[in-house]
Amino acid sequence: MTKHLELTGVSIEFPTPKGSFKALDNVNLKIARGEFVSLIGHSGCGKSTVLNIVAGLYQSTTGGVVLDGKEVNEPGPERAVVFQNHSLLPWLTAYENVELAVKQVFKGKKSKAEMKAWIEHNLELVHMTHAMHKRPDEISGGMKQRVGIARALAMEPKVLLMDEPFGALDALTRAHLQDSLMEIQKDLNNTVIMITHDVDEAVLLSDRIVMMTNGPAATVGEILDIELERPRNRIQLADDAQYNHYRHEVLSFLYEKQRKVEDIGQHRSQKAAADNTQETAPAKKQAQA
Amino acid sequence: MTSIRMTLAGVSSIAGVKSNDTLGSWFKRMLGALGLPLLGLAVFLFIWQAGAKQIDTSLGQFPGPTQVYEQSVALYAEHMSERERETAFYERQEQRNAERVAKDPNYVPKIRDYTGKPTFFDQIGTSLVTVLAGFAIAALIAIPLGICIGLNASLYAALNPIIQLFKPVSPLAWLPLVTMVVSAAYVTDDPMFAKSFLTSLFTVALCCLWPTLINTAVGVSAVSQDLQNVSKVLRLSWMTHVVKIVLPSSVPMIFTGLRLSLGIAWMVLIAAEMLAQNPGLGKFVWDEFQNGSSDSLGRIMVAVLVIGLIGFLLDRIMLLLQRRVSWDKNAITR
Ligand SMILES: Nc1ncnc2c1ncn2[C@@H]1O[C@H](COP(=O)(O)OP(=O)(O)OP(=O)(O)O)[C@@H](O)[C@H]1O
Ligand SMILES: [Mg+2]
Repeated sequence: MTKHLELTGVSIEFPTPKGSFKALDNVNLKIARGEFVSLIGHSGCGKSTVLNIVAGLYQSTTGGVVLDGKEVNEPGPERAVVFQNHSLLPWLTAYENVELAVKQVFKGKKSKAEMKAWIEHNLELVHMTHAMHKRPDEISGGMKQRVGIARALAMEPKVLLMDEPFGALDALTRAHLQDSLMEIQKDLNNTVIMITHDVDEAVLLSDRIVMMTNGPAATVGEILDIELERPRNRIQLADDAQYNHYRHEVLSFLYEKQRKVEDIGQHRSQKAAADNTQETAPAKKQAQA
Repeated sequence: MTSIRMTLAGVSSIAGVKSNDTLGSWFKRMLGALGLPLLGLAVFLFIWQAGAKQIDTSLGQFPGPTQVYEQSVALYAEHMSERERETAFYERQEQRNAERVAKDPNYVPKIRDYTGKPTFFDQIGTSLVTVLAGFAIAALIAIPLGICIGLNASLYAALNPIIQLFKPVSPLAWLPLVTMVVSAAYVTDDPMFAKSFLTSLFTVALCCLWPTLINTAVGVSAVSQDLQNVSKVLRLSWMTHVVKIVLPSSVPMIFTGLRLSLGIAWMVLIAAEMLAQNPGLGKFVWDEFQNGSSDSLGRIMVAVLVIGLIGFLLDRIMLLLQRRVSWDKNAITR
């Protein structure tokens, strides 16, 4: 039986001035409908690249992605993306940002009134009704990220792709949005691929955690099934032996098996600062545990 | 409680005094907003007055603020009397025509235009119309062309050397060519526009085209990769992509270009009018210089100040427009 979404033997080489750079090598992944999958791995290993290939923004060099029996070779709204830095259009209000997507996807399928109701419904899902006529520079980082999620949800995608959606947020806001996301997911039961740096986030939200090996030529290292019952409650889980076992598995993969030897800054000097802060977050938690 | 305090603060800030402000700090703010510029102006006027007395020219003493004031009053009086003469002329003409028609019903009255010397204020009007028309033509060419260049990397590569070559050309170099081309190409018996107007216009347009063109192209080509990805994921059509993503995102850059262009247009126009003797403020300055009376320098100084003031006002208007349409409130708009 073929799965909902399948990555088969995906490899990609980027042309660089110093010759081609093999970022991914033979990535295989099967994802069922309604499954929530997290991708975790060290900075620069190729998580975003995997996501961009599924989104169709990058083309794999060999191998390919099949969604519901159809090969993916260009971007499209059935694979909505929540970008790391929200990527809202700064000159449009929250409502208009969602509207742009809704108008594009439901052109001719929904009436004007239906579209309006649908836009408002999606903004309500992420609790943004109160600020829906504000522009991105008038709302907080967490709110922007929520609008980004509303925009993606409003496209009614087959797969929701999220690249570190909460990476730039403070811990409290992040926890809040994680709870919202779990709530939404309970109702909509989307297929989700989410990239994260945060071990707790991965364990809390996912059905499966895909751990990637370090690049270059990164691939899927281990896959961890998370069999915690839903709805999950972060406070109860903090004391849960099973939960802590999963955390331990991920941490030991990241910090023992895939120890990062080389300098992080070598990969992406621009993003280095942001990545460093995120990199230390799980380490701190490990120390506390 | 907080909401009450907020509304209170709102009300009092409209009144100009914040509740927690002392009168002293309010005074300080007013001093900063009004007092210092006024002080600067006063010092400038003083130095000017004192300095002007030291400079003697063949046309008499260099004009100080008082002479300039006297001359501006005189220029205004001249303008008013010229207007009176004009209305009187038309009244007389009408009366004469009415009389002739009364005598001979078959007579078709001729209407002659008044041909008085244009006053200082007429020249201001001419210059303003010319600069705005030239600027509009430049914008109409530069913005669409800039968008095309910005969207198409090969077109940009092809046109870039040409743009870089023409950008630094002085208006004075264009002027003879434009004059000759206009004379040759614009031959009609009943011209809608004066040739002098057209030469000024095209010279201005040619010179002020470049900043808008370049800024538009840069703005269009610098649309962030994230927004382009959004557009790709949504599968926006090319047209929607340009209208909904590319144009709004480059509006701040386009307006930066337009402001630069308008500034250049105004400077170029005055120079072109002086050189080509085309009607406008430039011609006024040149005529006064040739005239060489004892009042001339004062009158030129009035013109200089008015040119500066108009340039400043044009820039402010563009700035207001830019603030209105620009989504990027962080952009330096000063
Ligand atoms: N367009 C590109 N051209 C060349 N190299 C690229 C390109 N995109 C990514 N890479 C390289 O591929 C590797 C993986 O990059 P990727 O962005 O997927 O990492 P990541 O796991 O998402 O990292 P992070 O956690 O910091 O976001 C990096 O070494 C990067 O330098
Ligand atoms: Mg990434």
